[in-house]
Amino acid sequence: MAKSLVNTLGDIFGDKLIACDKAFGELTIEVARDDLLDVAIELRDQDELKFEQLMDLTVVDYLSYGQDEWATTEATGSGFGRAREARSSPVHQEWQRDRFAVVYHLLSVSHNQRLRVKCFVKENRPMLPSVIPVWNSANWYEREAFDLFGILFEGHPDLRRILTDYGFIGHPFRKDFPLIGNVELRYDAKQKRCVYEPVSIEPRVLVPRVIRKEKDPAVYVGSPEQGGKRG
Amino acid sequence: MLAVLSKGANVAEIRNYTINFGPQHPAAHGVLRLILEMDGETVVRADPHVGLLHRATEKLAESKPYNQSIGYMDRLDYVSMMCNEHAYVLSIEKLMGIKPPERAQYIRVMFSEITRILNHLMWIGAHALDIGAMTVFLYAFRERETLMDCYEAVSGARMHATYFRPGGVYRDLPDEMPQYKVSPFSNEKKVDELNANRQGSLLDFIWDFTETFPDRVDEYEALLTENRIWKQRTVGIGVVTPERALQLGFSGPMLRGSGIAWDLRKKQPYEVYDKMDFDIPIGKTGDCYDRYLVRVEEMRQSNKIIRQCVEWLRENPGPVMLENHKVTPPDRETMKDDMEALIHHFKLFTEGYCVPEGEAYAAIEHPKGEFGVYLVSDGANKPYRVKIRAAGFAHLSAMNEMAAGHMLADVVAIIGTQDIVFGEIDR
Repeated sequence: MAKSLVNTLGDIFGDKLIACDKAFGELTIEVARDDLLDVAIELRDQDELKFEQLMDLTVVDYLSYGQDEWATTEATGSGFGRAREARSSPVHQEWQRDRFAVVYHLLSVSHNQRLRVKCFVKENRPMLPSVIPVWNSANWYEREAFDLFGILFEGHPDLRRILTDYGFIGHPFRKDFPLIGNVELRYDAKQKRCVYEPVSIEPRVLVPRVIRKEKDPAVYVGSPEQGGKRG
Repeated sequence: MLAVLSKGANVAEIRNYTINFGPQHPAAHGVLRLILEMDGETVVRADPHVGLLHRATEKLAESKPYNQSIGYMDRLDYVSMMCNEHAYVLSIEKLMGIKPPERAQYIRVMFSEITRILNHLMWIGAHALDIGAMTVFLYAFRERETLMDCYEAVSGARMHATYFRPGGVYRDLPDEMPQYKVSPFSNEKKVDELNANRQGSLLDFIWDFTETFPDRVDEYEALLTENRIWKQRTVGIGVVTPERALQLGFSGPMLRGSGIAWDLRKKQPYEVYDKMDFDIPIGKTGDCYDRYLVRVEEMRQSNKIIRQCVEWLRENPGPVMLENHKVTPPDRETMKDDMEALIHHFKLFTEGYCVPEGEAYAAIEHPKGEFGVYLVSDGANKPYRVKIRAAGFAHLSAMNEMAAGHMLADVVAIIGTQDIVFGEIDR
């Protein structure tokens, strides 16, 4: 079924598909920003596709993709350092593409199939056309994407923040936004109101981020000293 | 106001006004702040303000090894805990390419259905209480107590279980149920009564529950289904056509209430749902009453599934966790004298396991609708991005459309029928 879906998509969209990828039984297509709205309408209305439902809309920030906080291979012989400072180790791979990917998860109730549509947007101009005219459920999802990642949706009727506090500054789910936040809130008994102050806690990494490359994903391999086979 | 009117002021001058419903309101189901623009007693526009319970679960998950975030999943939709874990665990398993043993799959299905009943009991109690029927709430909590004892017996916690793990479930079902003891508050006779159904294993206890539960559902139905007040408050309220339901991203009972036969357990079966015999109830008109009927019938169907699971689990003992100790912990005993097991344990609980690069979306039929976890991994021991697709988020976003034109009191019925819980909406 999914195989024919690949062909159908190829026939209908042709060059508009930048990439088409199947993994774990899930099909992902990538389209350009300018084609997004046309593709969305076709996806919903074409009889072979009929993706009536937008189940989810989200953003992935690829700023620190593939970076770890702890050098594993070199350190195995010499011992590990304390992993306190984030991003001090050599960068394993630099993300070569645009920073943000907006990801749409579609579901076709009539054909019982799913599709993931990706659209990359640039960091300096994070703007996409809104898909609310195609799928009404996009309204709040786009507000959320704006709130947490600062992606702007052209034509959105009501692009307010949704999850963060009134008057919040910044986009908290971006990778360069600290996990502990920037400000903390407390009630000041003297002034008799809530006051914002810079955070007083320090960021710390409890478990460093490690990337290990293995051939067989089911068999997670440690270093040779630990009895693991080299991947 | 009266004084003004009696002086013969122009009544037509009364304009729309705005009221603040919540965030502290017993019918707001948590921390919903609803700005209602009213024309008299009719709602013109409803603008829900959410996010008061936002805890940035997704961002927190990015900073922890995979297994440490399972506990956060319980706290999303805090009335259907294990179902949340289920979606998260399934998405990890999808990326790692592992499949739990069959017994673990049956246990997961059984506890997913127990969770569905737990959720629907909470919903029917709260919904009826909002509309003015107190008794149902008390009845529903009586059964919830039994089911939470099952949670406790299997995981040690009544609510936040952290029971589902990648590669299976944390441990096998216990052979005996914990029992009540004589205390200054309950004498021997009372204790014997309470312990009557706790003499056997957990499975016997669950079986005993499933024997009586259909009658208990009849009791709720006797209170509500033909109740004139209940019908006046729910029939024709918050009608959603099938076309609109699809457009608005509805799922679960909200979609089925509008007459669309769609259930992931049937259409895209996961675990062992394809071996289960159950039916999918759907509504006709898509109003609050239909959604009530759908959910009540779902409780009966869940009961049926639980019974099938209990029968299978009684006859098929076996492992409940994969033997792959790169993902699952080795057992205590081997750790005492096996060096490798000790290292596995240490590595698993400090660094965790690395999940191969890729992205996956795993969706389950959650009691509230489609609950999905979109997981992006860059090959590290922590997820690169986790996105939780909560059913309630899409449902609540349709609040304006469902409530506009209704009376203020109907807003409460609509909040109730949407079965919203802020843990999952705000995340």
